[in-house]
Formats: sequence, structure tokens, C-alpha cells
Amino acid sequence: MADQTVVTRADDTAAASDDRLVVDGLDVRVGLVGLLHDVGFRLGAGERVGLIGESGSGKSLTALAIMGLLPDGLVASGHVGLAGTDGNLLDAADVRMADLRGRRMSMVFQEPMTALNPLMKAGDQVAEVLAIHGLGGSGRDRDRRALELLDAVRMHEPELVRRRYPHQLSGGQRQRVMLAIALANEPDVLICDEPTTALDVTVQAQMLDLVVEGARDRDASLLFITHDLAVVATVCDRVLVMYGGRIVEAGPVQQLFTAPRHPYTRGLVASSDLDAVDAAGRLPTIPGVVPAAGTFPAGCVFRTRCERATEACAEPPPWTGQYDDGHACIHPYGDEPVARDPEPRPDPRPDPHPEPGVSEVTS
Amino acid sequence: MSAAGDVVDATGAPVVVADESIGDVNWSLWIGAALVGLVAAMALVSFLWTPYDPYFVDVTNRFGGPSPTNLFGTDQFGRDVLSRLMVGARTTLFVGVVSVGVAGVVGTPLGILMGMAPGWLHRVLLRGNDLLLAFPALLLAIMFAAVFGPSTTTAMVAIGIGTIPVFARIARSGTVQVMSSEYVLAARSAGRRGVRLAVRHVVPNIASLLLVQASVSFAIAILAEAALSFLQFGTPAPIPSWGLMLFQAQSVLAVNPGLTVWPGVGIAVAVLGFNLLGDGLRDRFDPRLAGHS
Repeated sequence: MADQTVVTRADDTAAASDDRLVVDGLDVRVGLVGLLHDVGFRLGAGERVGLIGESGSGKSLTALAIMGLLPDGLVASGHVGLAGTDGNLLDAADVRMADLRGRRMSMVFQEPMTALNPLMKAGDQVAEVLAIHGLGGSGRDRDRRALELLDAVRMHEPELVRRRYPHQLSGGQRQRVMLAIALANEPDVLICDEPTTALDVTVQAQMLDLVVEGARDRDASLLFITHDLAVVATVCDRVLVMYGGRIVEAGPVQQLFTAPRHPYTRGLVASSDLDAVDAAGRLPTIPGVVPAAGTFPAGCVFRTRCERATEACAEPPPWTGQYDDGHACIHPYGDEPVARDPEPRPDPRPDPHPEPGVSEVTS
Repeated sequence: MSAAGDVVDATGAPVVVADESIGDVNWSLWIGAALVGLVAAMALVSFLWTPYDPYFVDVTNRFGGPSPTNLFGTDQFGRDVLSRLMVGARTTLFVGVVSVGVAGVVGTPLGILMGMAPGWLHRVLLRGNDLLLAFPALLLAIMFAAVFGPSTTTAMVAIGIGTIPVFARIARSGTVQVMSSEYVLAARSAGRRGVRLAVRHVVPNIASLLLVQASVSFAIAILAEAALSFLQFGTPAPIPSWGLMLFQAQSVLAVNPGLTVWPGVGIAVAVLGFNLLGDGLRDRFDPRLAGHS
């Protein structure tokens, strides 16, 4: 954990005193393969920040690294700081992290079907998180509080639901239970990892309302991971765009969606516009596929799929702008809006940089 | 299914709730319980009453066939077979309970520890366990008998120790699977860790595995005790044990083959009973399987 990693975009501005979570120079690697590179962002008090990117861009890994729940074999370095606690959470012992998890910061997972213990009744699972942190009083107090929490996530008939096992509940009900667990101890930071992806559309909207409301009522900072841009637009104030284990652009929702600067963000925004078609009648897409972990090109990670890439992109692009409003691209787009009627793109292959040895790691 | 109408999700649409009514009868559970109950009843009644003194030798009535006075007949010393069978049931159950108890109480935590330990410790413990697993329990028991003298206690402790790695291994594989599940990740994200994570989330989810293993091990222990007694490394004569009775009947097989039947049937009933009971209990206590068994 070299100290020089703490000289990045977080130092561009004086640390705001109300920052709840500060992530700086976060690297995650497994063996020689780097999975996250220099990830840095901050969550202000009560701020709602979206983390978007394609599958495999490192969104969930970022969340797990912050929570100290990386699988065996994955090593994190850099700095994660939580307001009110000293030092780097990445260096903290698991006992200390366990005390913070579920109390100061909590997490809602993507798959409500598997994230609840199949052998524990829903109410008991809510009561458990109260018991873990010793905040719930007696067993009966905890049960009553669990009922209130289920009621607070607008569970219909909470009295009935709390006595049911997870397999007897619908996906929406389970996700409400998960949210009740996450909010039970009034956390400062709530991380939601695609909490609505597994739900059907009607339930999604209600769930999003609950997440926003739950975070707002508790003045909790929200890190909302998703690949659904529409969801980010409804939920978040700010957005971080991730690609290839790096944050490639950050900015306020409005600005990022109307005038994205990084070509990747621009591609994401363009491909979410289902009305736009090219001359061949196809929906706009980002050419190519996300490379496997560890096979991203050196320099700008997006350059093999980028229409603006040049030789200069072989060097890692520096961060331009503020930590909460900037991008990592040396050929950014200006303020012109996303082309609603994009010109047909050249075929993504052959690779514009076919020379061998561009990958950082040959594994 | 009255409950189905009661649960609605936020859209007001009824949510399909798993049918909780018991569909089919859990035959494994009931037949297993009946067979085990029969053996247990014989053992318990023998404390209060047996038709005759199981040690009473009546040389005038050797090899007596089944009769109204001696329902299962008499053995080569004129002792009542039913009385001896009843007292032998005690030995059998005692051996099963103690040896499975020893194996489960020691082996299960060991296996869970293995499953939750970091990579290198996991590997070291697993190899150590494999080493023990390779050592036959029966051989260990014979060794114990040679050192401590043959007795029921020696036999069952040796069988228990020999079964520890079996429990450790099954607990380990279950734990590894549970630890990689998302609900354990979720529990950890809520602050659970260490022993309490094991007790609250791992143990209940591997309990069905252990239950089945216990019933199988129980059956194996009964057979092992019978084998040890048969080889005269277990329960010493004249204390009745089903294995010992089988051994003694074998020596007079040419004269009266019928004597081998009753202890053999007893062993078969107990083994089958415990196997069925284990299967039935597993289905009964898993809420996901309840009503589908």
C-alpha cells in the first residue's frame, strides 16, 4: 500500500468535511492480473451516486472491496476511508470491518432469490442484523423492530411475511426484506448492487422509490450500481462511469447524459436510445466486446473499441477536471449533444491497434 | 392453500406461495421411525422385564425351537434367545449413539473449521483428514482392543474416533458450498463473522447432510460393533450383543442354523431403520423440501 497512490484526483480539491466515503487509488488484483486500477471517488453526506458500466467493468468488485468482502485470492490496495473511522479500511482487521458492516455501511445484492438464508424466516433475518450489532434490545424488542422495518419498506402484511421462509416469498418481497436488513441499523453508506435487475419492471419502480426514500430518510449516502442508465437518471445526483476496472468519466447526471465527454459514455448513452437507428436500421452499439479481465490494452483501456483512438492513446490518459466532474480521455467530445442519428460506424474489426503486446498482462 | 390469497406483492397481485399442505406421506420417516422405535422399545423394556434371565443356563433345554415358553427358542446353553436379543439391543443402540456422537461432536466443528479456514490452512487440514480417513476404523478398533482390552466401550470409542474424519469431510464440503453462497456474503455484509456465522448460517444449512451421514454412520457402527464382537474384540461374553450372539450361533451352525436368524434380523432391522429415518428426517426438516417429500 504505497503512499504515493494517495496523490490522485481526490487531492484536486480540498477534502470536503461532509464526505462519508472516500475511495482513493483503489487497485484490486488477483495474482498478476489487475482487475481494478486507481478507482477513486467520494460520497458526500446524503449524496446519491450511480456507478455504471457494462458487465465485467468492475462495478461489483469495487463494492466488495469497499465492504472488505473480496473473495479469497483477490488483493486490494489503495485507500478507503469512512467518515468517523480512522485509517484505511483496506488495512482494517476483519473484526473491525465486521463491526462496520451492517451498521455504518450496508449492502443490497442483485439476486434476491439467493441472498437470503433459505432456512431462516424473513423476520428472523431482519432481527439478526439488529442482534449482531447489539442495538435491538431484547429478543422481543428486536422482533417488534423487525416488523416495523418490514412495514417501512411497505411490505404488505408484514406480520405474515416475517414468519415466512424466503422460498415462500416473491422476488420483490425478498428484495424488500434485503433492503429492510440493509437499512435496519441506519447506515451512513448504503451500497446497492443492481438491486432491481432481477425484478420485473413494475416491481423495479417501487423498489427504486424505496431505495431513494430509505437513503434520504436516514441521510445515508447511496452508491447505486447498475447498467441501466434510465435507473441512474431517476435515482442519482452524480454518475461514475466504469470501464475496464477504471473510472473513465464522472459528472452530474444531467451533464453526463446530455453531453458525455468520454467516447465510452457517449457510446453507452447512444446505445440506450432505442429510437435511434443507423442507415442499416440497426440500433447503435459500441463496437467490439469487453475484453476478458487482464486483457485490456495498455494506455487507455477503451482504445481498442474507440472510434477516436489514436497512437497517443497508448499512454494512460490523465484525469481531466474535478474528481466529481471529469474524465480520463485525451480526445474528449465537447459539449455537442449525442448524435441522435449517428452516421454508420465502420466495422469494429479489424482492431485499430493490432500490434501485439498491447495487453498489460499476457495470461 | 388459504394462505395464498393473503400474500400479495406491492402491485396487489397475489403471490404464489409454496403449497404447505403435506402431499404424500413421508414413508421413509415413518417406516424408519417404526423400525428404530422397535429396537429402542426392546432395549428399554429389557431394563424392566425380560421373559427369562438372559444369563440363566438351562442345559436340559438346549437348542429349544420356538415354543410358547421360549418364543424365539433357546441357544446352545439353553438361554432364552428373546431375552438375550432384548438385552443385546441396548448394546447396539448404546454403541451407535456413542460412536456417532463422538464422531459428530468432534468431526463436525473440525469440518466447518476446515471449510471456513483460509486457503493454506484449509489445505493442510484437509490433507491431514485424508490421512486419517485412509486408516480403517475397524483396524483402529482392533488396535484399541489390543491395548485397552476388549469391551463395548473400547469398541464404540474406537469406532467413533475412526468415523471423525468421515464427518469432518462431509461437513467441510457442505461448508465450502454454503460459504460461497450469496446469503453468506449477505450475512457477512451485515456484519456476521466467525463462530456465529458458522452457528447461524452454516450449521443449519449443512444439517441435512450431517443427518444423513449420522444415520449411515449409525448403521455402520452397529455393523462394526457386531463385527468386532464376532471377532471377539468387542463386547465380551457372556454380555449379550447381537454381533456376539451371531458369533456364538455360527459355531453351532451345523447343529442349529436357526440361531443365526434372530440376531441377523435384529442387525438388519436396526440398520435399515436408521437409514430410512435419516432420509426421512432430512426431508422433514428442510423447509424447501417440506411437502414435496
